Amino acid sequence: MKTTLYNYRLQLGLLLLLAGLLSLFIYLSPQTFLHRRIYVAFMSTIPFPTLLALGLTLLIVAGEMDLSFPSIMVISGLSFSNVAQATGSPLLGFFAALATGAFAGLCNGLIVVWIGVPAIIATIGTQFFWRGASTLLADGLARNLTNLRDTTFHDILVGRLFDWIPMQTIWCLLVALLFWLLLNRHIFGDDVRFIGDDIGTAKMMGVKTDTVRIALFVIMGLISALASVMVCLEMANWWPTQGEGYLLLVFAAIFLGGTSVFGGQGTIFGTVVGSIIIGILEAGIISAGLSGYWTRLVHGLVIVLSVSLYAMAFSTRRK
Amino acid sequence: MDTILTAKSLYKSFGSIQALTDINLSIPKGQVVALIGDNGAGKSTIIKILSGVHRPDSGSLWINGNEVNMRSYSVRMARSLGVETVYQERSLGEKQPLWRNVFVGRHLRNALGFIRVKEEKDLTLAMLRNSIGLKGVGISADALVSTLSGGERQGLAISRAMHFNSALTILDEPTTALSVKEVGRVLDFIRSIPDRGNSALFISHNLHHVHEVADMFLFVARGTIAYQCRREEMSVAELFEQLETLSMAPYDHERTVA
Repeated sequence: MKTTLYNYRLQLGLLLLLAGLLSLFIYLSPQTFLHRRIYVAFMSTIPFPTLLALGLTLLIVAGEMDLSFPSIMVISGLSFSNVAQATGSPLLGFFAALATGAFAGLCNGLIVVWIGVPAIIATIGTQFFWRGASTLLADGLARNLTNLRDTTFHDILVGRLFDWIPMQTIWCLLVALLFWLLLNRHIFGDDVRFIGDDIGTAKMMGVKTDTVRIALFVIMGLISALASVMVCLEMANWWPTQGEGYLLLVFAAIFLGGTSVFGGQGTIFGTVVGSIIIGILEAGIISAGLSGYWTRLVHGLVIVLSVSLYAMAFSTRRK
Repeated sequence: MDTILTAKSLYKSFGSIQALTDINLSIPKGQVVALIGDNGAGKSTIIKILSGVHRPDSGSLWINGNEVNMRSYSVRMARSLGVETVYQERSLGEKQPLWRNVFVGRHLRNALGFIRVKEEKDLTLAMLRNSIGLKGVGISADALVSTLSGGERQGLAISRAMHFNSALTILDEPTTALSVKEVGRVLDFIRSIPDRGNSALFISHNLHHVHEVADMFLFVARGTIAYQCRREEMSVAELFEQLETLSMAPYDHERTVA
C-alpha cells in the first residue's frame, strides 16, 4: 500500500492541487463555483487545449517539440470551413481538415527528421508560414459558420449529451484513453519512450526512429485539425487568429502535469489533470474579483514553478 | 566445420578515413571467438557491421550459410536471424523500467500491437532471479535502469541476449567497469554459450579474460585482420607479444592496395 502511494505520488499531488484550488475558488466565490453552470462551461472549453496537450505530450516524451500547432489549427479550420461551405457537408470538411493537418504535420516531421533542423526552430518557421498562409487565403476575414449548427455532425462533435454534457468532453476523454494505451501499453509508445530517452540506444535496439518521429508530427497535425474543427463548430465561426491563445495553456498543462522536459518520460493522466487545473485558473481568478490581466501572470508562474519543482525533485541540473 | 557467420572482404570508410580494409572472418558454430586489437584498430566497427548498425561500403555477409542482403540488413534483421549484440554502453534506456529494456524492439504483443505487460514483467523477474549480478534484494521489473550499478546493467544486457537464445551473441567489452565477482559471472556466461550449440564473438582489452574463454583469437590491426590462431597455439604471454608486435609494426601500404 505504502509503495503504491509512493509510485503514484505525482498523480496524487496533482489531484490534491486540483482539489485545493477548487476549494479555494468555492470559498472565494461560492455563487460561481457551487453551480453546475461553470462546470458545463469548463467541459465545453477545456477539451480543446487538452486535446492539443495530449498530442504534444507524445512529442515531448520523444524529445521533440511542436510550436506550430496553433497555426496548423487555423489552416485546417480554414480547409474545414471552405470545404463544408462549398459542399454543404461538414463531414467532407472534417476530412479536408484532417488531410490538411496531417500534411502540415508531415512537413514538420520531414523538416525535422530528414533535413535535421531542431524541432523547436523548424516549427517556429512553419508556425509563421501556416498562419500567414491562412490569413492570406482568407483575406484576413473571419468565416461565419452558423449554418452548420443544425447538422448532425455538429451534434456528434460538440453537441450536448443528455442536453448538458458537451460532446467535446467525451471525445477528449476517448482520445486521452487511446493515448494512454498508446504510451503505456503499445509498442508505439515504447518506441516513443526509448527515442526520447536516448535516440542512439533506440536505434541500436532496432527502433525505427525516423518513422516513429515523423508519425508523431503527423498525429499532432491530426489532433490540431480535430481541435480546430471542434472550435469552429462550437463558436460557429472561423477566424484568422484561431488557436493563438492555446500555445501557453498547452505548455503550462503538460509541464504542470509532470511530463519531463528532457524526454523519455511522460504522463497522460498528468496532462489531463494539468489541463483541467490550467483551465479552471482563469475562471477562478476572474470570479475571485481579480482582473483578467492576472491570468497570464499566473499561467507563466505555473509553468516556471512546476518545471523548477520537477527539476529539483528529479535533480536534472546539468553537471 | 559449420559456421554461423561468415564475412567476406568487408570495406568501410568514414569520410576520408579507411576504417576497415578487406575483413574476412568466419565464426564456427558452438565456439567463442575473440577480437583482439589496440584502440582504434577497427574492432568496434567490425562488430557494428556484423550487428547491423553500420552498413559496409562493400563486401558480403553470410549467416547460417545464406547470404544476407546488405542493403536491407539492420539491427532488427540481425536479431531475427539470431545475431544479438551486447554493447559496452548505450544499450539500455536509462529512464525506462527494466522490463521495457528487456523487450524493447521485440515486445510480446497481440495482433494490434498491444504489449502483454504482465507476461513481460513476470519473464523479466524470472530473468533477474536466475541471471548475473541482479540478485539484490527488492529488485523489481519496474525499477528504472538509472538505479542499477555498472555490473547490473551489463548483467541485464547479457541476460537479455541469453533470454532470446541467440545463435550468435556479440559482446563489446563485456568485462569493463565490473567488479571482480561480476567479471567472473560474465566469463562463466560466455563460456556457457557453446553448451547450447551457440556461438559468441567478443571484444576485450583484457587478454587474460580472452585467453580464459575464447576458442579462437582474431587480431585486428589498422582496420584489417592481421593474424588469427586457435587457443591451443598460444599462451597468454604469447598473446601479449603478438599484440604488441602488431601494434608496433609499420603500416603496410602494399597490403591495403591488394
